[in-house]
Amino acid sequence: MHPAFSVIFLTTLIGVGQGLFLALFTAHTYALFGLLPDQDGQRFYAYGSLITLLFMGGGLIASFFHLGRPERAWRTATQWRTSWLSREVIVLPAFMGMVLLYGMVHLLDWKLVLVTLPSGLPIDVSVLLGSLAWLLAFALFVCTGMIYACLRFLREWHTPLTVINYILLGGASGFTLAAAFSAFAAPALVGFFAGWSVIITLLGLASRIAALSRNARLQPKSSLQTAIGVKHPRIRQTAMGFMGGSFNTREFFHHVRRPALRAVKWFFLAGAFVVPALLLATGVSAATPVVLILAFIVQYSGLVAERWFFFAQASHPQNLYYQDVVSG
Amino acid sequence: MTQLALVIDLNVCVGCHACVTSCKEWNTSGAAGALADQNPYAADPTGTFFNRVQTFEVGTFPRTETVHFPKSCLHCEDPPCVPVCPTGASYKRKEDGIVLVDYDKCIGCKYCSWACPYGVREFDEKQKVMKKCTLCVDRIYDLSLPEVDRKPACVKACPTSARLFGDIHDSESEVSVAIRDNGGYQLMPEWSTHPANHYLPRRKTSVHIHADELERADNPLKIDRQQPQPGKAEPSLDDVTSW
Amino acid sequence: MSPPLQEIKNTTCYMCACRCGIRVHLRDGEVRYIDGNPDHPLNQGVICAKGSSGIMKQYSPARLTQPLRRKPGAERGSGEFEAISWEEAFATLTERLAKIRSTDPKKFALFTGRDQMQALTGLFARQFGTPNYAAHGGFCSVNMAAGMIYTIGGSFWEFGGPDLDRAKLFVMIGTAEDHHSNPLKIAIAKFKRDGGRFVSINPVRTGYSAIADEWVPIRPGTDGALLLAIIHEILAQGLYDRDFLVRYSNAGQLVNQDEANDEFGMFVRTEVPAEEACYDPQNKLWWDRQTNRPVLTHAPGADPFLLGEFTLSDGTRVKPAFQLLQDRVRDYTPDWAEQITGIPAATIRRLAHEMGVTARDQKIELPISWTDSWGVEHDTVTGNPVAFHAMRGLAAHSNGFHSIRALAILMSLLGTIDRPGGFRHKAPFPRPIPPCARTPTSPLAVKPDTPLDGMALGWPSDPDDLFIHEDGTPVRIDKAFSWEYPLSVHGLMHNVITNAWRGDPYRIDTLMIFMANMAWNSTMNTVEVRKMLNDKDTEGPNAGEYKIPFIVVADAFQSEMTAFADLILPDTTYLERHDVMSMLDRPISEFDGPVDSVRIPVLPPTGECKPFQEVLIELGTRLKLPVFVTKEGSRKYRDYPDFIVNYETEPGSGIGFLSGWRGQGGEKFMRGEPNPNQWEMYAKNNCMYHHELPKSYQYMRNWNQGYLEWSQRMRITRYAEPILIHLYSEVLQKFRSAAQGKGITRKPPQHLRQRLVTYFDPLPFYYETLEGQATDRQKYPLAAITQRPMAMYHSWDAQNAWLRQIHTYNHLYVNADTARRNGIADGDWIWVESQWGKVRCMARHSEAVEPGTVWTWNAIGKAAGAWNLTPDANEAQQGFLLNHLISEELPGNGAGRLISNSDPVTGQAAWYDVRVRISKAGPDELEQSSPQFDALPAYPGMAERPDWLAFFAGGKK
Ligand SMILES: Nc1nc2c(c(=O)[nH]1)N[C@H]1C(S)=C(S)[C@@H](COP(=O)(O)OP(=O)(O)OC[C@H]3O[C@@H](n4cnc5c(=O)[nH]c(N)nc54)[C@H](O)[C@@H]3O)O[C@H]1N2
Ligand SMILES: Nc1nc2c(c(=O)[nH]1)N[C@H]1C(S)=C(S)[C@@H](COP(=O)(O)OP(=O)(O)OC[C@H]3O[C@@H](n4cnc5c(=O)[nH]c(N)nc54)[C@H](O)[C@@H]3O)O[C@H]1N2
Ligand code: SF4
Ligand code: SF4
Ligand code: SF4
Ligand code: SF4
Ligand code: SF4
Ligand SMILES: [Mo]
Repeated sequence: MHPAFSVIFLTTLIGVGQGLFLALFTAHTYALFGLLPDQDGQRFYAYGSLITLLFMGGGLIASFFHLGRPERAWRTATQWRTSWLSREVIVLPAFMGMVLLYGMVHLLDWKLVLVTLPSGLPIDVSVLLGSLAWLLAFALFVCTGMIYACLRFLREWHTPLTVINYILLGGASGFTLAAAFSAFAAPALVGFFAGWSVIITLLGLASRIAALSRNARLQPKSSLQTAIGVKHPRIRQTAMGFMGGSFNTREFFHHVRRPALRAVKWFFLAGAFVVPALLLATGVSAATPVVLILAFIVQYSGLVAERWFFFAQASHPQNLYYQDVVSG
Repeated sequence: MTQLALVIDLNVCVGCHACVTSCKEWNTSGAAGALADQNPYAADPTGTFFNRVQTFEVGTFPRTETVHFPKSCLHCEDPPCVPVCPTGASYKRKEDGIVLVDYDKCIGCKYCSWACPYGVREFDEKQKVMKKCTLCVDRIYDLSLPEVDRKPACVKACPTSARLFGDIHDSESEVSVAIRDNGGYQLMPEWSTHPANHYLPRRKTSVHIHADELERADNPLKIDRQQPQPGKAEPSLDDVTSW
Repeated sequence: MSPPLQEIKNTTCYMCACRCGIRVHLRDGEVRYIDGNPDHPLNQGVICAKGSSGIMKQYSPARLTQPLRRKPGAERGSGEFEAISWEEAFATLTERLAKIRSTDPKKFALFTGRDQMQALTGLFARQFGTPNYAAHGGFCSVNMAAGMIYTIGGSFWEFGGPDLDRAKLFVMIGTAEDHHSNPLKIAIAKFKRDGGRFVSINPVRTGYSAIADEWVPIRPGTDGALLLAIIHEILAQGLYDRDFLVRYSNAGQLVNQDEANDEFGMFVRTEVPAEEACYDPQNKLWWDRQTNRPVLTHAPGADPFLLGEFTLSDGTRVKPAFQLLQDRVRDYTPDWAEQITGIPAATIRRLAHEMGVTARDQKIELPISWTDSWGVEHDTVTGNPVAFHAMRGLAAHSNGFHSIRALAILMSLLGTIDRPGGFRHKAPFPRPIPPCARTPTSPLAVKPDTPLDGMALGWPSDPDDLFIHEDGTPVRIDKAFSWEYPLSVHGLMHNVITNAWRGDPYRIDTLMIFMANMAWNSTMNTVEVRKMLNDKDTEGPNAGEYKIPFIVVADAFQSEMTAFADLILPDTTYLERHDVMSMLDRPISEFDGPVDSVRIPVLPPTGECKPFQEVLIELGTRLKLPVFVTKEGSRKYRDYPDFIVNYETEPGSGIGFLSGWRGQGGEKFMRGEPNPNQWEMYAKNNCMYHHELPKSYQYMRNWNQGYLEWSQRMRITRYAEPILIHLYSEVLQKFRSAAQGKGITRKPPQHLRQRLVTYFDPLPFYYETLEGQATDRQKYPLAAITQRPMAMYHSWDAQNAWLRQIHTYNHLYVNADTARRNGIADGDWIWVESQWGKVRCMARHSEAVEPGTVWTWNAIGKAAGAWNLTPDANEAQQGFLLNHLISEELPGNGAGRLISNSDPVTGQAAWYDVRVRISKAGPDELEQSSPQFDALPAYPGMAERPDWLAFFAGGKK
């Protein structure tokens, strides 16, 4: 597939946003149970939510660049019964709305207690909103992941690992950002976030490697033989029917040579996982926000590369019909 | 239930591209139009076409087959491109199985094209919507056209009548018979998309000539092959035998 | 908003020379859709890729819209023009041409390319008085026409074809697309569906060959060897149709074998007729089997020996022509042919057996009674269902004439001429062998202010028919009908520019080119020829003047050729003009009878475009050429449609351009007074007239008394004599005899004698192509050929926004093995070199090409800026023209002599003889085709080229 930057930024930016929110709300929950110190709602949760929204908004804007007719975007919500894309389009604003409310509640310091648990724990509005947003964040990860994972023909994507990766990679980047953010807003939580971030990053690494090795072993299901229905071991295309390119040669090919592709792979494995994990570890011990910010920036760039690779590695069966793409 | 489709006979397709440009021509000024072309008079001209004819070489010299392979939307019976569409712009018609795009609803997200394994959807870079073969819906039901013209433009154009059009669910239709009689097949059956369009394979006619055919009593050589005629003066048995 | 106005108008397509019937659908006056006319006999409703792209031709920004004059001071070829009015254009032309005409009319040369109005252009030239007229035939496929017409009185091309409706075996040789584009596709598909067996003999497997049941790859230029070996096998096995040959060919006729005799090689005649008309008088002899003595051919009850050697009473040794054929092919064994063609001997034998056995054992008997020329009644028409088709793969070689003769003879041996399932003629064929038209025979035919005394093109039957001076030198600028190319029945257009530039045989003043791209794809040696067009005299009285002083180009587009014009006349497109596909030219006849057709404008002319037809009539009127003016010298025809209706070949002849609806009320056919409503009648009838012959006239027409008499009555042919197949060609023998100093005809100059003796062999023989003979095979091991792409017409479709997306540039296809052995990877840039030039292009590996052949699609490569493409367009940057590698001349025999790179019999351009070598381009070399030319600018009046095209007829959706 041709990696479209709009989609790369959409998925990575909202991944950060979702991950950041999950980090915030995890801290919130921990704090609720007294496992972490309470934080200043305004400074931490409200600003945290704002940053989440900024990332989500950035993703949203990027996504519009992918649409031919953005003015009709509202129509996308209609097919939630069948289309993961439609579902994503519904869940994404729902999540953003929920995060907005969650942030507002914290900003206004609105502590309306809804119920008190038998243990005496008061559940206020922010916890409810946070839980809902937490669910929506996961739902959104699932939707986004499923957009790709549901495409049977794109066998590199058609695996639960795709969804898991979206969750873990989004989560890792979000937690890393949370670590950096907390260095300013809640220094006490730096260790917590950084710790989880390293764990999720390493889990992400494991699952991404699992996906890579799965893909490396994938046997293509379609072949030129099944594509044109001729049984002979040696079939070669000599003309595609056009010579100046077409949508089918632009959308589904990355035109990048193998060595470059491999370089990107190593870059993202290092950039999205190994280096940030190391930086996070040093960042916590050195307790300097600069390193944590660096960790985030490195990880985010790594993820952009990862997402680029995710597209580039997926080989679409339609390409069988456009083999002649190199020499026209 | 009706499922309209094209059946393409690779046994007679000569790769002339008549179906390609007649399709473009009909559709650019029709319901699907205008089909845009970019750089029409410059480097790398590229445009939206619903139908392309490709060429494949099968085998190695001298046992080579050159296969011309026309391809347009196959109007899958289980079209993966439809459910993924977030707007409902892509849909499959119940009444005749034609898979269509509603250009007024399409947001140009291209997702449907990802979901089609056959590479037959083409994004119109000018109108920014997804387009594809319509099976010429705006011809085949147009009662203002004479009956013979109520066929897809490509079918009408094809000089070898390699393109048949009809209802593959009607077992007596021309297309069903052609599929049945000639080993019609579907593309990439492994994805269970059940393409409605079918292809008919190459079929070979050969002859066998028996050695006897080269002998035969009526061989004209037997007429013209002159027996040697010795001169009258040459010796013969006649001259020396007396009994 | 009022609903868009929809209209359907019928006319005839001209996206190629096939001339299908089309329906043009208009919306608010713009072309919305073009489809095939289902009621048209030719295409039966189908259309092709080009035909469907007519819209993009009509609205192409490459269209010329104004008469243009080369800017004073601008170099030819630079494409700098200024617009002028038609009045200025006509005034300039009239003045110049009138002067030429009143001094030396041959200094005006009119050459036309893919022209379908040769009847009119030819008439104009003849009226002008110049011998220098020809159309594309000479550089196209004249070998096909001559080789077959001199053998069976008809030919493939527009003159006849394979009857695939009834054939069982179809053998196609060297055909990629052909003029009979849609009809052939319709027929082949139907043939295959009906279970027929299709064999294709071609170095390349694409297009039609792709769907053949068997592909027989052959080395280019060697078909003669294959066909002769097949004939060998057919004769050896007795697989010929003896009865057919006896009655309908000269197989049994006795040929004088007395070497010493002046009549050596000629048929023995009972008497010499007082006046030899252009038919074979029936005064030849057979050796009768019953009576064992010579008898007049076709004597009732007689049956000739086809084999043997006999002595006439006067001691003359004679052999039947068939025996000579057998002698000829004796050594042409399949094993011999295998070495030459690369086709296994076993395959050659099998093919021969398939042909012979199918022809013999699957006979068709149609219950159609007919009478032959000797008065014998037949209850049935017999068919031997083996059909052939061949085109330029045979024709475009310098040994093509004899290969094609071999093919025609093979077809005759199998008994397939004008019979069901075999070859079928199309009116006006069959014609006598050779047809009656003759050129003048002396330069005296060219006189100031006088029409040419004779036809510019004709069919020589002996050396006395040549168009030469006393000293044997040619009268025509292209040297056609001279001793160098005696049977060049379509001229040698490919030599015109070189000859005129060199002044050999003489200089001319004005060269008018219509519908030919002679600065590009219809010229060989393109780089040099472009220089010649631009070359000036450096000394003498005309120093500083162009060697070809004035060039007029009538074209519809900004082509490479127009750039070299001094005056450009913008033509209309086929949708904007009246036109006729006339019986006087090459009509679109069907097997079952004559068909002619017309174009009727469906759109008004664009800009100031004027149909060239109108231009000729206007010019003819201004120049007061006799047919265009009254006795008093005033205008006779209002315009072209008026001319078409009212012109008669001779006053009162009743023969005109259109054969249908003649006579006052349109009640007559072929002959009849002018009908003022003729156009309307064509318009009402799908723009064509189809005269279906009675069944009994549809077959065996060479010898079908009823048909021949009908054809004579209709004035299609002058005589109704039977047209016997010339297995043995006495016409050729006459030239050979002359070269041997025998006979009473003119004799060739010394330096050409051996050439004539060699190539004017009365029986087909195989020789390596002239270029092959002049090439070191080690150095240039590969043959290079082109093919017609089905979706492009010559050079003229690069301006078509849709078609150019299909063929944007071209590769050189190389057999994958051959490529690897030369270190060339798929997609590499390579150099292709011949003895004459080199080009850089991109290579593609292919398994569908014979290992000793490389090929490319013809005329896809373009000069930068031409056709109003941007200079960086792929056509110019990646596309290439093979013509740069082909020379228009070869070293001749004798010091410094050059001969045309053509068939020595017919002057057919030998496009497919060139031999090349290939090598990978260096790593630092540009990835760009070579040679490159300075980019052409757009001319005044041409439309802007848009960046986007979203054509929607009748305005926005
Ligand atoms: N689409 C389209 N149609 C056209 C034209 C066009 O430009 N485009 N041009 C028109 C014109 S002007 C003409 S003359 C006709 C020509 O019609 P064709 O004769 O069909 O045209 P070519 O492309 O020259 O085809 C020559 C074929 O002969 C093969 N060949 C070459 N050398 C040999 C040989 O030595 N032996 C054998 N057996 N085969 C050989 C080539 O591979 C090729 O397949 O087409 C007409 N129709
Ligand atoms: N290498 C190689 N060269 C070849 C051949 C080959 O096989 N290989 N084939 C040869 C053969 S068979 C042929 S016939 C020639 C053909 O060669 P040409 O006769 O030169 O044919 P075109 O390239 O079509 O050029 C015809 C011109 O007609 C113009 N034209 C198109 N429509 C109209 C119109 O309506 N009116 C006017 N006035 N002009 C119009 C076009 O713009 C173009 O400039 O090429 C020959 N050249
Ligand atoms: S061929 Fe592709 S676009 Fe057409 S119905 Fe099937 S999946 Fe959809
Ligand atoms: S591009 Fe259009 S038709 Fe395709 S999925 Fe998106 S909205 Fe649906
Ligand atoms: S059916 Fe119509 S839209 Fe589809 S390929 Fe044929 S002409 Fe084009
Ligand atoms: S029009 Fe017919 S023969 Fe030509 S490419 Fe299309 S399917 Fe094949
Ligand atoms: S074959 Fe030639 S005449 Fe017929 S439709 Fe095609 S371009 Fe037109
Ligand atoms: Mo030609």
